Amino acid sequence: MSASSDHANSVFASVVQAPEDPILGVTVAYNKDPSPDKLNLGVGAYRTEEGKPLVLKVVRKAEQLLVNDPSRVKEYLPITGLADFNKLSAKLIFGADSLAIQENRVTTVQCLSGTGSLRVGAEFLARHYHERTIYIPQPTWGNHPKVFTLAGLSVKTYRYYSPNTRGLDFQGLLEDLGSAPAGAIVLLHACAHNPTGVDPTSDQWEQIRQLMRSKGLLPFFDSAYQGFASGSLDADAASVRMFVADGGECLAAQSYAKNMGLYGERVGALSIVCKTAEVASRVESQLKLVIRPMYSNPPIHGASIVATVLKDRDLYNEWTVELKAMADRIISMRKQLFDALQARGTPGDWSHILKQIGMFTFTGLNANQVAFMTKEYHIYMTSDGRISMAGLSSRTVPNLTEAIHAAVSSVA
Amino acid sequence: MLLRNGCAGRILKSGSFRSMSTSWWKHVEPAPKDPILGVTEAFLADPSPDKVNVGVGAYRDDNGKPVVLECVREAERRIAGNLNMEYLPMGGSIKMVEETLKLAYGENSDLIKEKQIAAVQALSGTGACRLFADFQKRFSPDSQIYIPVPTWANHHNIWRDAHVPQNTFHYYHPESRGLDFASMMEDIKNAPNGSFFLLHACAHNPTGVDPTEEQWREISHQFKVKGHFAFFDMAYQGFASGDPERDAKSIRIFLEDGHLIGCAQSYAKNMGLYGQRVGCLSVICEDEKQAVAVKSQLQQLARPMYSNPPVHGALVVSTILGDPELKKLWLTEVKGMADRIIGMRSALRENLEKLGSPLSWEHITKQIGMFCYSGMTPEQVDRLTNEYHIYMTRNGRISMAGVTTGNVGFLANAIHEVTKSA
Repeated sequence: MSASSDHANSVFASVVQAPEDPILGVTVAYNKDPSPDKLNLGVGAYRTEEGKPLVLKVVRKAEQLLVNDPSRVKEYLPITGLADFNKLSAKLIFGADSLAIQENRVTTVQCLSGTGSLRVGAEFLARHYHERTIYIPQPTWGNHPKVFTLAGLSVKTYRYYSPNTRGLDFQGLLEDLGSAPAGAIVLLHACAHNPTGVDPTSDQWEQIRQLMRSKGLLPFFDSAYQGFASGSLDADAASVRMFVADGGECLAAQSYAKNMGLYGERVGALSIVCKTAEVASRVESQLKLVIRPMYSNPPIHGASIVATVLKDRDLYNEWTVELKAMADRIISMRKQLFDALQARGTPGDWSHILKQIGMFTFTGLNANQVAFMTKEYHIYMTSDGRISMAGLSSRTVPNLTEAIHAAVSSVA
Repeated sequence: MLLRNGCAGRILKSGSFRSMSTSWWKHVEPAPKDPILGVTEAFLADPSPDKVNVGVGAYRDDNGKPVVLECVREAERRIAGNLNMEYLPMGGSIKMVEETLKLAYGENSDLIKEKQIAAVQALSGTGACRLFADFQKRFSPDSQIYIPVPTWANHHNIWRDAHVPQNTFHYYHPESRGLDFASMMEDIKNAPNGSFFLLHACAHNPTGVDPTEEQWREISHQFKVKGHFAFFDMAYQGFASGDPERDAKSIRIFLEDGHLIGCAQSYAKNMGLYGQRVGCLSVICEDEKQAVAVKSQLQQLARPMYSNPPVHGALVVSTILGDPELKKLWLTEVKGMADRIIGMRSALRENLEKLGSPLSWEHITKQIGMFCYSGMTPEQVDRLTNEYHIYMTRNGRISMAGVTTGNVGFLANAIHEVTKSA
C-alpha cells in the first residue's frame, strides 16, 4: 500500500474554523463596524474619559528607568520568573505583614497574567491534588471553563448570581458548596466578580470561609481587579486575606493587566499558600515541571515594570493614586448611567448599576436586546449583557441610555 | 475534632475555624531539577572565581558577558513611551508574524502571497512547539511524534504534556560524532505512513550535527514517499552559518518538494531576546480557507493557556525587521555572533590538539551552531564540574557561546585532563 504521493493533501484538511472567542470576538466585530458612533463596551480594558487606552504614568517612568539602564540584559528568567516580582506580588495580595509570607509558606511563580496563573495552578492541581473537580460560580468569566478543562479538571458550577435581585444568590451558593464533595476545589473571585460585579459582603465571606474550611474545600482565588474595585488595594484583597489568616491552604492567581494597565505584557503571578515552608518548596519544584513544557520561563518586560513600581515607595504611592483615579472614574460612570436612565424614565429597576462593583455591569439585558443594541445603535458588548463601564464616558452615556431604553421598550 | 480528608481543626473562641490540618500537598515529591536550567542554578551558586558556564545556550561575548544587540537597544528606544500596552489579538502581532514568515519561507514566498500559512505568535520556541503539540493532539488524535535521539530534553516534556505518544528515530552516531544517516533513513522508511516527525532545521541541539544539503534532499524525498508530516524546530536561524537564508535551506528543500510542513521559530538566540519569549508557530495549509481554519484553532488553544501573547518582544522584532536599516544591522550582528562561535570552535580544537590529546576533536569544528557534543561521559562532566568548576549538561554538551579567548585554554586543559586516559 503506497503512501499518498499527492502532497497537496493536508493532514489537517478536516479542521473546521473555530467560532470567535465570545469576549475577544466582540472587539473583532467592533473593529469591522464603520459607524462613527460605535461604542465598544466589550472587553474589560480601561479607557479614559476621552475613550483612549491609558498607560499609567508610573509605568512610563518605570519603562524609562529600564530602557536607560545599560546594565539590563534580556537573559532568560528562571522558570519561576523574576524573584523580586514574585515576593512583591505575594506581599501585595496577602499583605506585607502576612504570617504565611513571614513563615515562608507561600510559593509564588510569575505567570502570563491571570489566564496563565489559572492554567498553571489548574495543571498543578490536576496532577497533585486528590480531587479533580473545580466548582466555578454561575456565571463566570467565559474563559474559566476552558482553562480548567484543558488543564485536566472537571468543571461544575455553584449558584452565584440571582437574576431576580441582580445580586448574590447567597442561599444557593451555600447550598451548592455545602453539597460539594469534601476536598473539591472552589474558584472564588477575590473582588469585582466578572461578569456580574456582585461581591459577597464581609460577613458573607466569613460564612463562606467557615463552610469551606469545615468541608475541606480548596479555595482558588482569581484576583484580576485588586485596587480597581473599591480603589483600595487592601480592601480589595480582604477576602483572600481572611482565608489565609485562618492558617489554611489556598491558591491565588493575580493579574496586573487592569490595575497596572499592563494588559498586553501578560504579567501575573500564581501563589500557593501551604501549611509549611518545606511543602511550599516541594510544590514550587513541581510548578516548574508544569511551566517548562509550556513556555520554559515567563516574559521579562512586564514583570520588570511591576517590580520597579512596587519596590519604590514613591512610585508605589503614585500608583495607588492613579489606580484610585481609574476606580473613581468608573464609579462616576455608574452614577451617570444610573441617573440618565432614571431621568429618561427607562422601565425597570437600575439600582444594580450602582450596587455592582468593578469594571463591569451585568445589565440584565438579554441576548436579543443586546443584538438589537448592536444592530441599531452600534453598541458592542458580550451577549450576556455585560458592559464594561471602563469603556463609557460622559460623552457616550446619552447614546447608551437611549439604546438601553429602546431595547427594553421594544425587544422582549 | 477530626473532619474528613485530613482536615483537623478546632473552633476558636471568636467562632472562626483554625485549621490545624495537615497539608494537602504532603505527598508532593520534590521534582528533579531541570537538567539544563539546573546547570546555571548550580553555576550561580558556585563561589569559585574561575568558574565557567558552558551550560545553557545563551550567547556570551568574548568577555563572557550577555549581549543585548544594538538593533534591539535602538528598537527599544523607539518603542519606550510611544505605544500603549493593549492586548494583542490571540494570534499575536500580525506585523511580527508576517516578518517572521518571510525569514522562514523566503521574502517572496508564494505560500505567503497565497495566504496558505496559518501562523500565530508564540512564547518563543517552547511555546510554539507546545501549541503545535496540543494542536496535533486535538486534530490528529491517533498520531505519534517521532523525536531524534538525542534532542533538546524539553521536547520530550512538551509532547508528553500534550499527551502525544512519542517514538524516537536514530540521529546521532556516537562513534563518528556525526550523523547516523543510514539508520535515520531506515527509521523514516519503517515508520508507518503519515507519521509526524520532529526535525531540527539547523544547528541540531544538543549535537551540532546537521544533515548535508544532499542528505536533506533524500530525507525530503523519503518523506514524500511515506507521506510523513515534517515539523521543524528552528531555534537557531542565522546562528548556524551566520546567514539566515542558508540556515533555512532544509525548510526550503521541503517546500520545493511540496511538503505542507509545520515550523516553530524562536528569536531567543538570533535576536538575543531570550527572556522576552518571542516566537512563531506556522502550519502550511492547502489554501487560504484551510489556513484561516487552522489559525482559528491554534488561537483556541492559546486562549485557555495565556489568552494572548506578550506585546513587548513582538514590538522589538517587528520594529527591527520592518526597518531596512535596523534589519541590516541585525543581520550584521547575527553574523558577528555566529563568527565568534565558529572562531571559538577552531580555538578549542587547536588547544586540545596542541595539548597532545590522544582523541580526535575534529567534530568540534565539523559540528555547527551553538553547541558541541563533546562525546564526554557524565562522569567526565562531573569531574569537570567538581574539579574545575566548569558547568555543562551531563550529556557532554558544551555551549560554545560560553567559550571565550579568556577561558578556552583553561577549558581545553580541563577537558584534556579528564579525557586523556579515556
